[in-house]
Amino acid sequence: MSHVLTRSLDRSAALFLIVVAGCGALIPLSNLLLPSGSMLQVPTYLVALFGKYACYAVLALSIDLIWGYCGILSLGHGAFFALGGYAMGMYLMRQIGNRGVYGNPILPDFMVFLNYPKLPWYWHGFDMFAFAALMVVLVPGLLAFCFGWLAFRSRVTGVYLSIITQAMTYALLLAFFRNDFGFGGNNGLTDFKDILGFNVQADGTRAALFALSCVALIVAFLICRAVVTSKLGKVLIAIRDAESRTRFLGYRVESYKLFVFTLSACMAGVAGALYVPQVGIINPSEFAPANSIEAVIWVAVGGRGTLIGAALGAVVVNYAKTYFTSGSLAPYWLFMLGALFILVTLLLPKGIVGTFSSWWEPWKAGRSAENAESAAREDGISEPKMAE
Amino acid sequence: MVAQVSGRFRALVLSAFLVVSLSLPALAGDFEDGVAKFANDEFSDTEEAIGIVATSGNPLAFPIISALQDGRLSADPDIKKVYITREDGKIIDAATGGVVDKLPDNAAAVRLNNRLRRTVAAALGSLTLTSPDPAKRIAAAQSVFKSHEENALPAINSALANETNRAVRSAFAEARAAVVLYKSDTSDAEKLDAIATLRARGDQEALALLTGLSDQPPLVARAAASAISSIQGTLAIWSAVQNAWYGLSLGSVLLLAAIGLAITFGVMGVINMAHGEMVMLGAYTTFVVQEIIRTSYPGLFDYSLLMAVPLAFIVAGAVGVLIERTIIRFLYGRPLETLLATWGLSLVLQQAVRTAFGPTNREVGNPTWMSGAFELGQITITYNRLWILCFTMAVFAILLAMLRYTALGLEMRAVTQNRRMAASMGIATSRVDALTFGLGSGIAGIAGVALSQIDNVSPNLGQSYIIDSFMVVVFGGVGNLWGTLVGAFTLGIANKFLEPVAGAVLGKIAILVLIILFIQKRPRGLFALKGRAVEA
Repeated sequence: MSHVLTRSLDRSAALFLIVVAGCGALIPLSNLLLPSGSMLQVPTYLVALFGKYACYAVLALSIDLIWGYCGILSLGHGAFFALGGYAMGMYLMRQIGNRGVYGNPILPDFMVFLNYPKLPWYWHGFDMFAFAALMVVLVPGLLAFCFGWLAFRSRVTGVYLSIITQAMTYALLLAFFRNDFGFGGNNGLTDFKDILGFNVQADGTRAALFALSCVALIVAFLICRAVVTSKLGKVLIAIRDAESRTRFLGYRVESYKLFVFTLSACMAGVAGALYVPQVGIINPSEFAPANSIEAVIWVAVGGRGTLIGAALGAVVVNYAKTYFTSGSLAPYWLFMLGALFILVTLLLPKGIVGTFSSWWEPWKAGRSAENAESAAREDGISEPKMAE
Repeated sequence: MVAQVSGRFRALVLSAFLVVSLSLPALAGDFEDGVAKFANDEFSDTEEAIGIVATSGNPLAFPIISALQDGRLSADPDIKKVYITREDGKIIDAATGGVVDKLPDNAAAVRLNNRLRRTVAAALGSLTLTSPDPAKRIAAAQSVFKSHEENALPAINSALANETNRAVRSAFAEARAAVVLYKSDTSDAEKLDAIATLRARGDQEALALLTGLSDQPPLVARAAASAISSIQGTLAIWSAVQNAWYGLSLGSVLLLAAIGLAITFGVMGVINMAHGEMVMLGAYTTFVVQEIIRTSYPGLFDYSLLMAVPLAFIVAGAVGVLIERTIIRFLYGRPLETLLATWGLSLVLQQAVRTAFGPTNREVGNPTWMSGAFELGQITITYNRLWILCFTMAVFAILLAMLRYTALGLEMRAVTQNRRMAASMGIATSRVDALTFGLGSGIAGIAGVALSQIDNVSPNLGQSYIIDSFMVVVFGGVGNLWGTLVGAFTLGIANKFLEPVAGAVLGKIAILVLIILFIQKRPRGLFALKGRAVEA
């Protein structure tokens, strides 16, 4: 294996980790310690916004793990994100206690309003943070496991799988819209007060949540990297590039796919759980198929199969979205988003990071050609194959 | 005190008179006295007045009672005069029929309560029982049937005796049965007859009448119970028929939306996420055609859809070819990225239409031959749904013939089965791709024409069908149009049969779950292509 490539990847991975860790430390500190109005002080609303981006970046990583490295295009990953979010939202709802509009110590406001006689069984336990945190990982993971087991076992692949995942999130969207489903229906869960005893609106809590989101991003990145650089990762890439051949070589393709799909869903769930306290609401529209597809385009923009690109794409696209939808250009945002989908797939199939490294590496390899000719040759071969 | 006594006395006299007058024609003087009672502003007096007027045989009776029902009857309590405000605004004296210039200042509308409203409806029913129009007579029989007021019995008896029209006769007989059944002094034999009549009628209203019975002799109660179960059986069958019809109707819409998708997916292996937007373009083409016709050639409105169909095909087909040539062509071999690119395209098209036509629903009218409905047994079939079903089947047949008998159809089938082999045999696959994509989009366009008749024409029109269409394609399998047909109708009917049991949303979720389970058994759908070409 080319040591040049591994080293350069390691270097960019390290750079990525340093940038994320730096943001995670400096932004909260600047927000809390510097006087408000100071040039360098990051206002609280920006802290919440960046926290949102960090959660999206984790979601993008989870999509890149399955799409970029295993060729599974899920158009329903928003469902796992939203399920994690709902699990966290349920904990936050239970924390409101008797401070709700109706002052009921047990039932959240919407249940009082909808005449629930008692707490539904699936709401029990969510008053404990540890249980809720477990559910954040377990519920999306379990759904992904069951879904993946059914889908991969019967060898549903390619566009069929994409469409089925989209149908899954659509079904959940319909279900969560129902008032009698027990999750607040159309309005979802909101009006949160406390998380672990801290006020969710307070600057300190927001800063801490942002820092936590950055930590989650780092951990998710390290997990993904550990997976894709291991032997398991090599098999995943083999599945992506030639599924039948991998199967004929004796690998249990279904098990590999199922593992990585479930892992990815758990990561998406964590992202959703961190997202909810920062935006202060979770409602069924998070399940909308359009959201899931949008998350896929973040990965495509950043560069799939690069991990760093996925996180970068999530931040770049969402920053663009925030910028354009809040200004006078709002009516044109959908044109731009649509054009982004088309142009990226047509002209920039490797995304920002992939394209950049395909310029960078030959140059770098050429420079070191005198010292390591064989390394440069292998470098070209081991470049990830982007075709289906 | 004096007024009270005289009022009570008069009530006594008049109620005695009411009993007599059911069988005797009322005299002119009594009619005028009766009308004057409306001016007393007492509910009991109003009720008497209704009885007197309704049985008077006076030609003014119908206008008075119907004016009373609509709140157009006013009375001046001082001079005891009653006036009808006709629908054309003219005011006439209710007692004499003479035209009056204007209402007196202290005239007020005669008030009704719920009990009186029923009496009014019953009175109107018996008044129109003798109308020359059979449809009105049936409607009158219906209102008697529903109210089953005892005092309508003589009127319905005499109407039944003079009726010659068969349909009206049976309506009268049913109305009479309803009245007889609820009359306190009916003999058991008559009641049994009445129950038999209602049982033969066998609809929801008959069921309501029978279940409303109480405190009956055992024989009658048993007959009623058996009639109830028989009617419930009939109703269950009819509701199954109704669901099947709704299912066929939904299935035809799904088929129309999905068939273009199935063709492009079958031939090219790509899913066009902008397919729904092609449907939307077709619907907006219909809107534009109708706008032009409305402003320039209003006489041609009934032909608007006939003109819109080819235009929508051309517009959507041209956009489809354009998309294929500019975008999809470059993405062959990368079906997942085609998915993303066409999704982006759908966002652009939606936003473009939103910019051009506004975000709100645009109104597309039904031509006269597509509006209205007819009754078939106990179900109502609307003409627009029926026409859409016929239209869908016609499109399906044409497409099937095209695939079977034309050169392009042959080439399309060849490319579907094995692209590389077809290319080796000299088929210009890229031309076939472009034409297929154009054809699929064009069919989506004409689907839009049909959908504009039953759905809101808005920029989001296509979105609501896209997932369902995919489900049809996944369920039915590709490579065979029959799969799409069976898939669409199965999903449509299953949806409509699940809806009453599980509710609309849960029904839909159940269908989605069932499809996910179904593809366990048949990963490539019902009608999968056989052979090695399938495994990519």
